[in-house]
Amino acid sequence: MDLINVENLKKDYFNDGVATPVLHGVNFKIDKGEFVAIMGPSGSGKSTLMHILSFLDRPTGGSYYFEGKDTKGFSDDYLAELRNERIGFVFQSFNLLARTTVLDNVKLPLVYSKKKDQDILAKKALESVGLGHRLDYFTNQISGGEKQRVAIARALVCEPAVIFADEPTGNLDSKSGNTVMYILQQLNDQGHTIILVTHEQDTANHAKRIIRIKDGNIITDDKVKERTIATPEKELVK
Amino acid sequence: MNFFGTIKLIFRTLLARKGRSFLTILGIVIGVAGVIVIIALGAGAQALVLGQVTKLGSNLLSVQPGKNNDKGPPTSAFGIVITTLVNSDAQALRDTGQVPHATAVNAIVRGSATVTWGSQSVDTNFVGTDSYYPDVVSFDMQEGQFFSQSQDQGDANVVVLGSTVSNELFGGTGVDPIGQVIKVRAASQSSENQPGGIPLRVIGVVVPRGSSFGQDEDDQIFLPLDIGQEQLLGIHYLQSINIKVDSSDNINQTIDDITRVLDQRHHVLQPTDVDFTVYNIADAVSILTTITTALSLFLTAMAAIALLVGGIGILNIMMATVAERTREIGLRKAVGATNRAIRNQFLFEAGTLTLLGGLIGIIVGVVVAYLISLLMKALGYDWAFVISLTSVVLAVGVSVLTGVIFGLYPAFKASKLDPIEALRYE
Ligand SMILES: Nc1ncnc2c1ncn2[C@@H]1O[C@H](COP(=O)(O)OP(=O)(O)O)[C@@H](O)[C@H]1O
Ligand SMILES: [Mg+2]
Repeated sequence: MDLINVENLKKDYFNDGVATPVLHGVNFKIDKGEFVAIMGPSGSGKSTLMHILSFLDRPTGGSYYFEGKDTKGFSDDYLAELRNERIGFVFQSFNLLARTTVLDNVKLPLVYSKKKDQDILAKKALESVGLGHRLDYFTNQISGGEKQRVAIARALVCEPAVIFADEPTGNLDSKSGNTVMYILQQLNDQGHTIILVTHEQDTANHAKRIIRIKDGNIITDDKVKERTIATPEKELVK
Repeated sequence: MNFFGTIKLIFRTLLARKGRSFLTILGIVIGVAGVIVIIALGAGAQALVLGQVTKLGSNLLSVQPGKNNDKGPPTSAFGIVITTLVNSDAQALRDTGQVPHATAVNAIVRGSATVTWGSQSVDTNFVGTDSYYPDVVSFDMQEGQFFSQSQDQGDANVVVLGSTVSNELFGGTGVDPIGQVIKVRAASQSSENQPGGIPLRVIGVVVPRGSSFGQDEDDQIFLPLDIGQEQLLGIHYLQSINIKVDSSDNINQTIDDITRVLDQRHHVLQPTDVDFTVYNIADAVSILTTITTALSLFLTAMAAIALLVGGIGILNIMMATVAERTREIGLRKAVGATNRAIRNQFLFEAGTLTLLGGLIGIIVGVVVAYLISLLMKALGYDWAFVISLTSVVLAVGVSVLTGVIFGLYPAFKASKLDPIEALRYE
């Protein structure tokens, strides 16, 4: 059973009754444990695709099977539940809560779940991204690289089936970006499925497979032949 | 979101926009304080009116000298003393059978007096009256008796004390007031011709009764009518005649009977000749009720307006909060918040915000209700300071409800935000 299976997936945006097609019918499958980069120029429809795959948006055509089930009939509440339990997000702009501690940020998805021992789970997630020493810091007291690692911990905390990262290194310097890629590769090595959205070839090369998309169509879908392995910062070496 | 977290969040929001927050909270504070005060006022007024009726006895009429047009002040208030209401009028009402529904009729004069016992001396009021007084005004004796018909008509040198006077003279001395002789002198009399005043033997003490219509019923003494009229005031007329009616159904009939008897005795041929007025105590009580009802209505309107203003403030501040936290809402949805969870969060915040205002309002309301009770007591009313649990619960309910009602639209708006657009929001 594939984790993700899309068939002829389409998305039109409607503005004033005029349909603007953004995705023209894409097909692919993603298995458990994969590390896929969705690559393409700005405006090609990468984020749109990611939003549909992560249940933030619905397609206007075609089918999306998640863990073998057609998602068409899923209710809004059920989609929220899926986002909470099966999906993790990492955004380009971090999207952490201001004036809130690192720990409370990571606990946010747990607030909407029935999981117990939320503090322990959040601490464990933060330790796995090397931020066990920043629990009580406020989000304005840490660096951009650390912010994105907090965001990764937040994506991890509910043990999702797949982690989506939309341009996670876009707002970071190369060193911090490298650390983020290192963590994503580590997570993938531990068995997490990761779908990375980027417009940079260098970043995409960290994945195991690249789906190239242009103007809403998939143009190539290949294994990465010479994969870049990110080197860790000293503090992250276990 | 836990309660404590919400409180912190609310304080942050409030501090971020102090002016508007203050106004928002103020509206709720005033509204809730209003609710508390209204209920306290209602309870106090009800206790007062009930107290007045039970104290004075119901079905009571009072004839007073002077013509009272349109319930304005009696003529005597302008300094003209009307002397035509006399003892024989009271007798006629009582004895001729022309007022069949009168169960008791008593005549009254009042004045202020200085009362002396040994070296103790107090200023108080006296009531010169007859033995029918206890039949008209219901009260119990703490000790001894009220004076009898023979004592009253025989001008016996006897006196009955109100409890305050009794305490002031005899309290702490251990002496039983009954049988003691006190000296009574009218405030207008000089002490020269009768040093210390008229000696009167105490034969009774009335139980504490509190006050009614501004008169402290305990700070007075009762003595036979003739002593009051002739020896203390030096007058031959009456200041009022009280009539007890057998049933409230017969009050109007009795007013007519009294008017007919007195018209005849006073040779009233045309309206300008009228020199007396029959008052119905029930009317006075109903006027008091009307006043407190009007005050309650006014406060209710004020509370409603304040709550409306406060509610609009809540609407305003919650709209601003939702706009400001659009990205947060998007994020919460992305990590699994349902529309319902978002809506409840903002309703909870609005409710907590108004609850905060409500709690302050309860404190303010209790203080105001207490001040009103002090004022009413100072005015001589037997005003009870009552804050019921119901009113506090109601106030909390009203404040939270205001928050929820006016928070509903912003919360609904927040819950309907599209997560992708919310996340993109700058
Ligand atoms: N809500 C929307 N309404 C209309 N057009 C949109 C909307 N969101 C995205 N688009 C358009 O869809 C196209 C693809 O956008 P997006 O998926 O964000 O691209 P990418 O992430 O690859 O840069 C762009 O042309 C963009 O302008
Ligand atoms: Mg994009």
